[in-house]
This record gives sequence, structure tokens and C-alpha cells, in this order.
Amino acid sequence: MTGELGQVALCFALALSLVMAGAGLAGVRQANAAARGIAVSATLGLLVFTALAFGALTYAYVTSDFSIQTVANNSNTLKPLIYRISGVWGNHEGSMLLWLLVLALYAALVALLGRGGPRLTSGAVGIQGLLAVAFLLFILFTSNPFLRLDPAPFEGAGLNPLLQDIGLALHPPMLYAGYVGLSASFAYAAAALMVGERGWARAARPFMLLAWIALTCGIALGSWWAYYELGWGGFWFWDPVENASLMPWLIATALLHSALASERSGAFRTWSLLLAITGFSLSLIGTFLVRSGVLSSVHSFASDPARGFFIMVLIALAIGGALALFALRAHTLQGGASFEPVSRETTLLLNNVFLVAACACVFVGTLYPLVLDAVSGTKISVGPPYYALTFAPIFFALLLLVPLGPRLGWKRGDLKAAWRALYPALGLAGVAALAVLALISPRTVTATLAFAVAGWLIGASLLDIRKRKGARASAFAAALAHAGLGVTLMGVAGTTAWRSEALEVLGPGQTMQVGPYILRFDGVARVEGPNYIADQGRLALMDGGKVKAMLRPEQRFYPAENQSVSDTAIRTTGLRDLYVALGDDRGQGRFAIRAYVSPLAPFIWLGGLVMALGGILSLFGRLRLRAPAPEDAAESQAQAAE
Amino acid sequence: MKTLAFLLLMTLSAAAAVGESFSDPAMEARARDLQRQLRCLVCQGESIDESGADFAADMRHLVRTQMAEGKSDAQIQDYLVARYGDFILMKPPVQPNTWLLWLAPFVVLGAGGAVAWVTVKKAAAAKG
Repeated sequence: MTGELGQVALCFALALSLVMAGAGLAGVRQANAAARGIAVSATLGLLVFTALAFGALTYAYVTSDFSIQTVANNSNTLKPLIYRISGVWGNHEGSMLLWLLVLALYAALVALLGRGGPRLTSGAVGIQGLLAVAFLLFILFTSNPFLRLDPAPFEGAGLNPLLQDIGLALHPPMLYAGYVGLSASFAYAAAALMVGERGWARAARPFMLLAWIALTCGIALGSWWAYYELGWGGFWFWDPVENASLMPWLIATALLHSALASERSGAFRTWSLLLAITGFSLSLIGTFLVRSGVLSSVHSFASDPARGFFIMVLIALAIGGALALFALRAHTLQGGASFEPVSRETTLLLNNVFLVAACACVFVGTLYPLVLDAVSGTKISVGPPYYALTFAPIFFALLLLVPLGPRLGWKRGDLKAAWRALYPALGLAGVAALAVLALISPRTVTATLAFAVAGWLIGASLLDIRKRKGARASAFAAALAHAGLGVTLMGVAGTTAWRSEALEVLGPGQTMQVGPYILRFDGVARVEGPNYIADQGRLALMDGGKVKAMLRPEQRFYPAENQSVSDTAIRTTGLRDLYVALGDDRGQGRFAIRAYVSPLAPFIWLGGLVMALGGILSLFGRLRLRAPAPEDAAESQAQAAE
Repeated sequence: MKTLAFLLLMTLSAAAAVGESFSDPAMEARARDLQRQLRCLVCQGESIDESGADFAADMRHLVRTQMAEGKSDAQIQDYLVARYGDFILMKPPVQPNTWLLWLAPFVVLGAGGAVAWVTVKKAAAAKG
């Protein structure tokens, strides 16, 4: 019954999304006020029916209704409740439904809260309606989550144990909130082109921020999961699927910066439009890469050529349509903004140049091997060394420039004064570099440079925070986000340069040393989890003759899924992680033990969190200031005077 | 097959690495560096240094054997490329069919820089 309810809800949602698209686009014309009203109602209806369908599917998972095919394939009765719920999006069909739900949520937010004039809002809602139509057709025709199975099996096949984890329960919704959030900026950009609205960036900004925050958190969560779950202590693999999430983040970051200029001084207006279109296009391309089975990884739940083809057509229509609109209408938005070569605008422009180049690097690195294989049948691999030589220097150059931007005024800045004001940050950079050289071995050039740049970024942010007491929230927000970059950089440099590892086969009572720590192996015990059996290793962290702590890494076997995964044990001081994984049984109670000491590893994700906090602060600072226009003028004058 | 590869990947066997390390720290560091440059053909996401697959263990053994025979890094890599193709190298070789790959980021950077230059010039002129 719930299956049919969900199915019917999806059909209603399709009808409503058609109304939403038609009425929304009609509402772009000034005279069609009635159509705008209809579009809002249809949007709310879409949200209600999509939520109903999603609720029906969730209910089927929670009650283990194996007469529904996706439930039978991806769930079983032994799973704890939380993973039965997260299993809803742990597969292709359900995750597409989640995608649609997030889209409907954003569309409702735009329809109800969107500012920037009724015509612009209506156009944006109409574009989101078109996207909803496309995704509903995709779901109903190629990925229906409500297909029945007859006869229904007694027990389901279960979920990949790797996905039965709290990090992965939260990672997809977060990432989708980011991916789909970019659809709002995309819709605003397209609507702005239709209406000829120059103020679109201001209206779209809350949605850009929301998408950026969610992407930042989603990427950080995914990286953290890979770190503790995959069992070898890495945090970023330049895996094509990771890259697919990094590209929209880079473009969204560029968009946040260029839109700032568009909003404040009218500069780069058409360029921001192009970025908004590109950002969402990359989200779609990411979805294509992951869902079509072009790439094989833990993320590609199913590979089905029909789905790949459908998404490809969708991408072509969305990107092609948006670019055609851009080509036809962009000139209506052009405005001759004027600024001096030394100004905040120029630094934002440089920010965009570096971010787009960094994104190009990830794009080429991800797609080139696929294209080369398709064209010539030659297989090459593009691994971390490629990115170390291309992405890293480009991003490094960007980071060097970051502190300058906020210290230059709009229209015209004073480079000398900005530079002088940054002396303390330069000092901190020097201290950080010297401290690293003097105190930590092995000495490496990259780590020293990275710490200098981190000191530079964090120092400048501290100056910003200290100096601008009473200033707008956005100044704090930027300072916080930039400081987060410095924190992440320290984490990356620390783990990369100073990680120590040990791999030994130990019998009970034997000890091993990793970095400064001594670990004593106390044997293995059999423990039972809710739906797995585990060999739990016991490793005592020794301090002199005493046991300071116990670490319990596990090797878990999931009988329902017939798979094993390792569960690492991590003990962190906040500055340093001790990371232990249990390897295979070597007989006579002896086990292979892998241990790592990763200095500063927690900083990697802490930095992400700080960046996201900066975004949140900016979002709320903005929501509080309902009418920021006069203050803007006052602030830019104040900055020019500085 | 995919699941199988994944399971192999998940099993932290790391068999060959145990008890198979050079006593000379410089040699060991060289071996680790070399291993990080080579892709595991079974799990594909990882280098043979990180992968737990049997294939990776065999490869590590092969690398170390050849190192012990006194072969240079380049010789070992050439040998493996001849056997398994360019795919085994984590760092794509610079050759005609990868020029685009290596140059594209810097071409974009240069083009972006040029566009920025023109934009700034124009914006400064608009003032006058």
C-alpha cells in the first residue's frame, strides 16, 4: 500500500512540477500576476507530494517491506534502525528521490522567501520547475524506487557494510544540499537573463551561501569517513568521485567572491552569471559520472546505460539552454563598472582566475583519462602526483593573495597601506616557518612553506577580527572562512610530512612502537554487534609500565551481506591522531597490526568546520540585515577612507 | 567482480610488506616512494603502497627484488610500463597524448590572467 501511495505521490508531483514550470515562466511577464500565484502554490504542492513519496519509501525501509524491490535489495531486518533509514539514500533510486526532495525544498524557499522582485522569483521558480520535471521523469522511467517484487523475499539483501556508518549516513544529504543548492543560483541566473534583472546576485546570495556551506560540510564529512573507515589513514585520494564534489565547491567559492563584487559595485555581473551556470552544470556532470557507471567506485550503486543516457540528455539541455540564453541575453545586463587596478575588485578577479584554473585542473584530471580511453583505447591514470604538480601550485598562489583582498577598498585601494597593516601576519608566518624548521623533523620545504602560508592566513584573519570590532558580520565571516583555510592547510601539511607508520605481526603480549607511542597487543576477542560479528583487537597504549588507554580496532563480518570491513580505532589528542587497524589472522593468536601517528590530522576537518562556520555567520548576518543598502554605502566609504 | 575487488581492498592483508623491508633506511624510503608512484591494478583507487590486494603485494615484492638487483627507479618503472602499460603510473607520463592534460590547467590560468588584465584595463579606462 505504501508503495502505491508513493508512486501516486510521484505522479502528482510530476503534474505539479509541470504547472510550476509553466506558471513560473509565464509569471516572468509583468502582467501575469495570477500565474505567479499559481507557481507558488504548485511549488508548495511539489514539496508536499515529494515529501510524501520520500516518507512512504522511508516507511517501507523502516518496516522492512521487502515487496518493494529497492528495499529488498538494500535493506534487511537485522540492520539497526538508523541504518535502515540511511539505507533509503544508500542506493541509486532512493538517492535520486532525496535529490528531488532537496530540489523541492530549495524551490519552496525561493518561492516563499526569495527577494529580488516578483518577476525574477517567478522565473527562478519556473526554472526549478523544469529541473523537477526532468528529475521526476528520470525517477519514474529509469529509477523507480517503488517497483514491486513478487513474490516478496523473507529477508532483504542488506546494505554494503561500508555504508553502515554514521559518517556516510549524513554525507549524502549534506552533499546533495550543496549540489542541488547550486540549482537555486542557476535558476536565479537564468531568470535574471530572461528578466534583465541586474540585482540578481543579491537575491541569490543566501542560496549560494547555503549551498556552499553544505558542500563544505559534505566534502569534509566524506573525507573524514574515508580517513577512519578505509583503514590506511589517507584523507583525500583524488578519486574521480571526490573530484566530482570538489569541482562544484571550487566554482561555488569563485561565485561567492565574484557575486560579492557584482552586488557591491556592479562589476563582473555577466561573469557571475556564467559561474552560476557552470557551478550547477558541474553538479550535474558529477551526478552523471557517479550514476552512469562510467566510474566504478563505492558510489556507483548501479550501472545502467539508460540512466547514463538520460542524465547526459538532461545535462545537454540544461547547459545548452542556459548558455544559449546567456549568449542571447547577457548584453542586457552588462554595465560598465569602473575600478582602479589596485582595488578589491581586482583581487576578487584574481581569486576567480586561480579558482577556475584549479577547477580546470581537477576537471581535466578527472575526464581526460576517460576521453583518451574512449578515443584511442589508451589507458592512463591520473593520480596524486599530477595534482601535486598542477593543482597544488595554483591553489598555493591563491592562498598567498587571500589576506590582501579584504584590506583593499572597493573601487580603489591602497596597496602600501594594506601591506603595512599585514606586517604582523607576515611576522606570524615567519615564526611559524622557523618553529617548524627548528622543532620538527624531518625538515621539508613543502611543510615549512605550508606553515608559513597558514600563519599568513590565520594572522591576517586575526587582524581582521581584532580590528573590525563593531563591523558587519560579513567581515568576520570572511576572516573566519579564510582562517579555516589556514587550519586545513596545517592539517594537510602535518599529516603528509610527518606521518609515521608501523606494520607488524604481533602475538599476545608483544609490543610495537609507532612514532612516540608504545602499543602492547593483548590479543583478540570475539564480540557481537547488532548485525555483525567482530574480531576485536586489544591494544594497550603504554606509558612507562602502566596502561594509559585501550584501543580496540575491529575486523567486522556482516553475515547478511557476507562482507567484512575493518573498523579502525583512533585516539586523538586534538593535535595528533594515533590510528590503529587490525589486519588478518596469522595463526597462533598472531595478528597483523597497522598503526599510524598522524600529526595535526584533526585540523583537516576542523578547518572545514571553521570555513563552514564563516559561511553560516555570513548567512545569518545577511538575514538579520533586512535592508543593507545604506550600510553598504557607508562601509565602502569607510573602507575607501581607511 | 567489482565487489570482489573491493573486498580484496578492504582486507588489510598487507602480507608482503611485513618482514619485507630494507634495513637501509635510504633504500626503504626509495622503495616506499616508488611504491606510491605505482597504481594497484586490482583496486585502482590506490597505489601499491596502500593497497591490501594480493596483486599489490606481488608488485611490492617485484619492486623490491629489482631494487635489490641494483636497478634504478626509471628502469623499474620502464619495466612495469612495458608489462602493464602507462596505466600503472600514478603520474601520467609527459608525451604527445598527454600534452593537453598537463598543459590545460596552465593554459586556463594564462587565459584567465589575460582576460583579467583586459578587464582591469577596461574598468580603469571606464573611470576616465
